[in-house]
This record gives sequence, structure tokens and C-alpha cells, in this order.
Amino acid sequence: MARGDRRKAWTRGAQNRWVWAGFAMPGIIWLALLFLVPFYTVLAIAGGQLNAIFQSPEPVWNPFAWTGANYTAVFHELVGQGSFVGPIFLRTLVYVAIASVISLLIAYPAAYFVTRFAGRRKILFLALLIAPFWISYMMRMLAWIDLLQSNGYVNRALIDLHLISQPVNWLGGRSFTVILGLVYGYIPYLILVLYAGLDRIDQRLLEAGRDLGLNRTQTFVRITLPLSRQAILTGMLITVLPMVGDYFTNQLLSGASSTAMIGNVIDSQLYTASQQAQGAALSLLLLVFLLVPMVYYVVKTRRVTGEAF
Amino acid sequence: MTLTTDAPTSPGTDPGSDTTRAGGSPPTSPPPAPARRRWQPPWRNPWRRPWILEGFTWLYLIWSIVPIGIAVLFSFNNGRSQSVWQGFSTRWYWGDPINSVFHNPALRAAVFQTIRLSIITTLVAVPLGVAFAIGINRWRTRTATTFNFVMVFSYVIPELIFGVALFFLFTQLFKSIHLGTAAEVLGLVTWNFSWPAIIVLARLVSIGSSYEEAAADLGASRLESIRRVLIPLLMPAIFASAVLVFASVVDDFVIVDLLSSTANTQPMSVIIYSTSHGGNGGPALNALATIMLVLSFVVATIGLLAYRWMTRGERGSSGQEAMTSIAGM
Repeated sequence: MARGDRRKAWTRGAQNRWVWAGFAMPGIIWLALLFLVPFYTVLAIAGGQLNAIFQSPEPVWNPFAWTGANYTAVFHELVGQGSFVGPIFLRTLVYVAIASVISLLIAYPAAYFVTRFAGRRKILFLALLIAPFWISYMMRMLAWIDLLQSNGYVNRALIDLHLISQPVNWLGGRSFTVILGLVYGYIPYLILVLYAGLDRIDQRLLEAGRDLGLNRTQTFVRITLPLSRQAILTGMLITVLPMVGDYFTNQLLSGASSTAMIGNVIDSQLYTASQQAQGAALSLLLLVFLLVPMVYYVVKTRRVTGEAF
Repeated sequence: MTLTTDAPTSPGTDPGSDTTRAGGSPPTSPPPAPARRRWQPPWRNPWRRPWILEGFTWLYLIWSIVPIGIAVLFSFNNGRSQSVWQGFSTRWYWGDPINSVFHNPALRAAVFQTIRLSIITTLVAVPLGVAFAIGINRWRTRTATTFNFVMVFSYVIPELIFGVALFFLFTQLFKSIHLGTAAEVLGLVTWNFSWPAIIVLARLVSIGSSYEEAAADLGASRLESIRRVLIPLLMPAIFASAVLVFASVVDDFVIVDLLSSTANTQPMSVIIYSTSHGGNGGPALNALATIMLVLSFVVATIGLLAYRWMTRGERGSSGQEAMTSIAGM
């Protein structure tokens, strides 16, 4: 009995508390100083005013003195007459929606095939699926910049196939190219999550379904798909969230303002001192907009990171 | 399920041979062949090989890997073009006295900056995250709970939003830390902190506390049991997360883009971004990207082999398991 108590005391007991607190403390202080304080700084700048002489943002550290001027300005840019951020925000949502649906339609069948049917070659397929994960994003974009140039392989192949007569300027501000870039850039992360989720499904359930007379399609629709719903949701989140904050993919593959996304607005506002405060307000609004999916993800990962909640 | 060894069914085969054709699948009872039906069209065969799905998967793999291969190939192009092959050379690596990665000061500095950032970030973030995970797993207080939430939150927040916050932190509050290498390292450590923390937390949950209790029963002190029991058990997870942190710093773009100041604090990803607009960078950029690729793959391979070695003899240890662990799954 006493022994059992001592065992429990080992990892949970009160007298050990300071040890575990000591382990956690450096990380806690680090997160406080370099994750929480930065966001307070953003709040202080977004709630602050513009220094009229230097045309630079003046942070206000006292929360009771914060003003809503920058938020109002951003709000007018988003919805008012002649607003320029509103259409960009809408475009971002459309691009992200199309790109993430295409990603799912490509990633799911591939992940499904590798988990269920790859057999002995599973390790080979898995290595090939994971390989893009280790290739830097910039490298993958650069590869498409090479291919899509006016004398690049894509145009030459299309001309040889007589599908087009003139080279297409793929990199000249086309939504198609940007969406392709987003799909290509973020699909490795999605496919990994889907693979992990599908691989976790108990094979015996599928066999039971087959034994009870389901054919392959029915097994998929009635067993595999419902069991992989969680993987689909987290996988979509893990790709949608960074896509919303993306500002480099369209810059590399088009560079035109006709394909600008919300990330480009925030990024460009940082480089003009007088607009920095609005950039701060805009990034906070974006954060609030994405808060629900983010909190959903955090709550869902509780399972993995233990019952520490 | 090893259905791949099955021969595709041709029309007219005896449906009774289902049992043998299902060969690789665990031998639960195969569906009884309906006696009435003599001839089965191939699409009715429940064990047919999924040709369409397999073809689709191959198309995806070709689409995802061949463009990279072509980009690597063009880093060896003997000409200025990134799209027309003009023969093999290594001039963009070191041959060209002005524009090669080796001789162009900006490109060479970028290689070293990337390696510097990756090493420093890994050395700081991994111990910090591992200690945090061990502490948070046992120190059940409201503070611990809150910061566990903050840590996972830092994992999902879009990098741009966090980068903007860091940008303001270093330009408005901690002004003594100028934009540059120090700011980049601080930002990257915070951004990658969650890898070791999440992976080690997951491993701690699966290990449980029985090993440490056994060590305690055998007379180990608290620190001894951590050092001689817990840390060795955590080693594969720690190692996998170190590999992930290193590779994700090599890959990182947003934070280093926002926090780098002058040209010599720009790592490879920023150089590629800022010079490849409209495709005017020339093959030297491909060479730079290839160096990044090789760097990541070398680290991943070392990680894979070391992970396999560390988990040898463990239940559930396999090449597959090692591969998915190194990719953070």
C-alpha cells in the first residue's frame, strides 16, 4: 500500500512538483516572452496611433488607452465603397477553397491506395509520398517556374501535341497557375495526415464488412470514409491555415496584383512605416477569423499530447 | 493486405478460386462463391487489383517528383537557361567565377546562413521542447495546462501572422535585438518549439510511468531514473524531432524573410524567393535549391538510419514506422 503510494508519488506527487515545474519553466518563459508578448505588441500597435512627424506607428502599451482607429480603417478597406482589401480577401477564400478541395481529391485516393493496396511495395510508395515533404517549398516552386516559362517544357509539350499554337504566358498573372502552385505546395502535408489516419483504421473492420457482403465500393463508403473523417478534417486544417497566410506562392508564380491574396496585403503593409499599424490590425482580424478552426485543431490534438488539459 | 501479388482475374476463371487469389490477406473466411454465377465480369470480382487507383497514384507521384528532378537537372545546365538544356556542366556550383554558388558572395553566404540557423535552432529548440514536454506531462497545474494550449496553438497558427508579431516585437519592443541572425534564431526556435514538445509528449503518453516506477523500486533516485531510464526511452522521439526541426528550418521562409535585414543574413530560401521572380535567376538558383535539397535529404537519411538503430528490437519497429516518425506522424 505504502509502496503503491510511493510509486504514484513518483511522477505525480506534490513533493516532486518543483522538479517538473523546473523542467517546464524554461519553455514556459520562452513561450511567454516570444509568443505571447509578440501578440501583445501587435495589439499595442494596432490600438496605437500614428506618429505625425515620423509617419511611423506609435505603440500604446496601456490597454485602456487603445483606440479603434486602425481597425475602423481596415474595416472600411474590407467592406466600404471602393474597398481594395475586400475583393482580395474574397479571392483568397476562393483560391484556398478550390486549392484545398483539389488537394483532397488528389491526396485521398493516393493515400488510400498506399495504405490498402500497395502490399509489399508499401515502403517504396511511402518513401515516394514522403519525399516532397523533405524538399523545400522554394525548390518546388522553382521547379514549376522553370517548367512554365514561355519556352519551358509545359509549353513545348502542349505545342508538340498541337493543343496550343502559341506559347502560353503561364507566369503572367493567372489564377490557374497560382491555384496549381498552392495545391503542389501544400499537398505533401495533407497526404501525410491522410496516410497516417487511413493506416490507423483497423483492417479487421474492413474484412468484417467484406464478410458481411459489402463490395469494395460499399466497404469504402460505409467503413473507410466515416473512419477517416477525422483525418480529413485535421488534414484540411493543416493545409488551409497556412494557405490563408500564403503570400509567396502567388508572388513567385504570377506576381500580378490580379492574383494578390490577403497575405500580400499584410506583407506589403509591413514595408511602409505609415501603414504598419493597419497591417497589425489586419493580421489580428485574420487571426480572429481563423480562431475557430485553430482552437478546434488544438482541442483535437489533446488526445495525442496527453490528458494534460 | 498483399493483394498486389494477385494475378488480374480473367473472365471465365472459376469463382471458387477466390480463396487462393485472396492469398495475402489475413485468412478470415473468404466470401462464399455464389454457386449459380459461372461467369464473372472482372469488375464484379471483389479482389481485383485496383488498376485505376494504382495508375492515379503513379500519376500523382510522377507529378510530384518529376518537376523536382528536372529542376535538379537544370542546375547542371551548361548555359544561362532554366528551361532549355545546353549540356552538362558544374559551372553553376563552382565553375563560373562570378555567378556560381561557390563564387557569388551572396549565394555562398546564404548557404552558410541556412546551415548556421538550422544548427543553432536545433540545438536550442530540442532541449527546450523536450524539457517542456516532460515538465508539462507531470506538472498538472493550471499554468501547465495553459501553456500546453499555447504550445499547440503556436503549431497551427499561420506563419505569416506569427511572423508579423515577431517583426513588431523586434522593431518596437525588443529594439536592442535588431533584425538579423539573432532575431531569426529567436523566431525560428519559437516556431519550431512545438515539434519536439508534441512528439515527446506523445511518446511520454505511450511509455507511461511504469518504467520509472520500476527504476524507483530498484533504488534509483529521481534524477537517476530520468537520466538512465526516461531519457533513453525518449531518445528516438528526441532524435526524430531534431531531424524535423533541422529540416523545417532549412525549408523555412516566412519568418526568415520578415526577420532578415541585410543580404548576408538571408538564408537560401529568401535568396531563391527574391531572385526567381519571373524566372530570371539563372541555373545558379537551381544549384542553390539543389544544395538545400541534398542538405535536407542527408539529414533525413541520417535520421532514418539512426531512428531504425535506436528502435531496433522494439515491438512495432519497422522501416515504415521509422519513416513516418521522421516525418512527424
